[in-house]
Amino acid sequence: MNKRLLHYSLVFLLTSLSLGLQSCGKPKPSGPPNSEVGLVFDVGGRGDKSFNDAAYDGLVMAKDSLGIKYQYIEPGGGADRESALRQLASKKSVGLIFGVGFMFTDDITRIAKDFPDKKFACIDYTYDSTKAIPSNLIPIEFREEEGSFLVGAIAGLMTKTDKVGFIGGMESPLIRKFQVGYQAGVKCVNPKAKVLVAYAGVTPDAFKNPAKGKELALSQYSQGADIIYHASGVTGLGVFEAAREMNKYAIGVDMDQWNEAPGHVLTSMVKKGNMAVYDIIKEWKAGKFKGGMPAIFGLRDDGVDFVYDKNNKPLIPKSVYDRVEQLKQDIIDGKIKVPAR
Amino acid sequence: MIGQIFSLAFLAQTIRISVPYALASLGGVYSERGGVVNIALEGIILNGAFCTAVGTYYTGSPLVGILCGVAGGLFTALIHAIVSINIKADQIISGIAINLFAVGITKFVLGILFHSSSNSARIRGLPHIYLGFIEHQRDVAHLLGNPMVLGTIAIVIASQVILFKTRFGLRLRSVGENPEAADTVGISVNRYRYYGVLISGALAGLAGAWLAFDQHSFTDGMSAGRGYIALAAMIVGKWNPLGAAAACLLFGLAESLQIQSQGGALPTQFIQMIPYVATIVVLAGFIGKAVAPGADGVPYEKEK
Repeated sequence: MNKRLLHYSLVFLLTSLSLGLQSCGKPKPSGPPNSEVGLVFDVGGRGDKSFNDAAYDGLVMAKDSLGIKYQYIEPGGGADRESALRQLASKKSVGLIFGVGFMFTDDITRIAKDFPDKKFACIDYTYDSTKAIPSNLIPIEFREEEGSFLVGAIAGLMTKTDKVGFIGGMESPLIRKFQVGYQAGVKCVNPKAKVLVAYAGVTPDAFKNPAKGKELALSQYSQGADIIYHASGVTGLGVFEAAREMNKYAIGVDMDQWNEAPGHVLTSMVKKGNMAVYDIIKEWKAGKFKGGMPAIFGLRDDGVDFVYDKNNKPLIPKSVYDRVEQLKQDIIDGKIKVPAR
Repeated sequence: MIGQIFSLAFLAQTIRISVPYALASLGGVYSERGGVVNIALEGIILNGAFCTAVGTYYTGSPLVGILCGVAGGLFTALIHAIVSINIKADQIISGIAINLFAVGITKFVLGILFHSSSNSARIRGLPHIYLGFIEHQRDVAHLLGNPMVLGTIAIVIASQVILFKTRFGLRLRSVGENPEAADTVGISVNRYRYYGVLISGALAGLAGAWLAFDQHSFTDGMSAGRGYIALAAMIVGKWNPLGAAAACLLFGLAESLQIQSQGGALPTQFIQMIPYVATIVVLAGFIGKAVAPGADGVPYEKEK
């Protein structure tokens, strides 16, 4: 009897601990109806030094300058995403809900239909022009291909072996945008350069397998690539590790990743998720929320860019920088069309 | 193309990928030979990697780090042992609970210690043993100069001897095969099952240490399913240390092949399939029937 009791309580303790730790919602007294912003993070959650942190930064900016209140949920596993969205949408005080990451695409579309009087926005939504977007949902799209084009141009101008690499996380239309833009950038400035392409996998786990990222990078470096651009989340930390070990260059993604391997990070393609979150909250607060159509953040809107600051200035010659700035202007002026697929 | 794939670098990569599989898989062998199913390997690897990173970070010594990793593995395995041997709970459920628990606890403490949900601060790697005659071959030198690679090979061979040539091994196998018989000749079933599970914890903790050193940090969820692959290798290897290690090499080979052949003519999705197809082919085609130890997964109830 005693043993059985102990057994049940132990199993209960273990499961409740593990489930409880994963989803730490932030209970707060609720304000007036539709006055608050809710946000559900992607795998990785807050502190991922990537686009989850960028999105959170946007919330904080909105709190500081617009005075809005927010609450967020960090889901643990895959199935929690939908229930987290639903949980926030069911709260009276929450009027606008963000989903962070393309994995939210299907769930947020469904829940936007279920809660027609709430507003939704989804970062990196996989936009499919054949399907209608609910009028209370804004898909937030970045022109990653434009930013990737510029870092590709840097790689193409700076490679000594005429071979550069690309490592993607989960093979998906989103990550393909990075790859295609990068390849176009390399070819634009250095037509004879070869781009080696590898993906870590075909499931979301491919974004969190640094050991795999390291092996993929080591193999590309040993095939002669001297610069590798990654778009693979935490998996990319393995790419930086390989760059250190082989004394080669890597290019970061989403945020400035210089600190992951100082001296080996040539530049980073930054995606300004904070600006997107802030802009949408601002418009929503002003009553100008326009759903049903994607909100696009490209080079022109300062939604994507590449890093050129005091850290990596010594690594990139002035002539290369000038050339890339020119390309950037050409893209903004529409003289260069960057492919996305 | 073929020559480029089957190079020394390829061989070195295969072994690097296989090392954590082999350590965890050996752990599985010890645990299941003693009659306790251990699908908690995945969580043990994760906790081992985490404790290694924390230990190395705070002491600056990779050696202390390894000890912490082993301790973390032992502690996690101890939970599994208590739940499945003393309390006689369902071993699969206990394993799943531990795996979930490991994901949560590592992330939680990661946030407290390093203020990040993705990775720890950078840690020192293992010291490299300098091998003068082969240093010009970078890949091979890095591999053979890594103390954990040699250690793993030694552990594989030692395990084969321990399990099949020593009294301890015979007793461990007897409590997994036929605990009643073992009990009647005076072998403490529970004690030997504890040994099996705890050794598996130490070995899977070492597998985690390898991952942490390879990456010079802990990253969230870095075990990435390796515990389950190790279990598959254990089955393919028919619960034998040498067989399990060979199966791990095979999985490592398939994964390495998959890495090297990317960017060629074949679509990625197809290439990603290679390790799994290799598993099925080997399981169905060459190995024949894999029979688990007789009392594997069955709690032992002493007759009154």
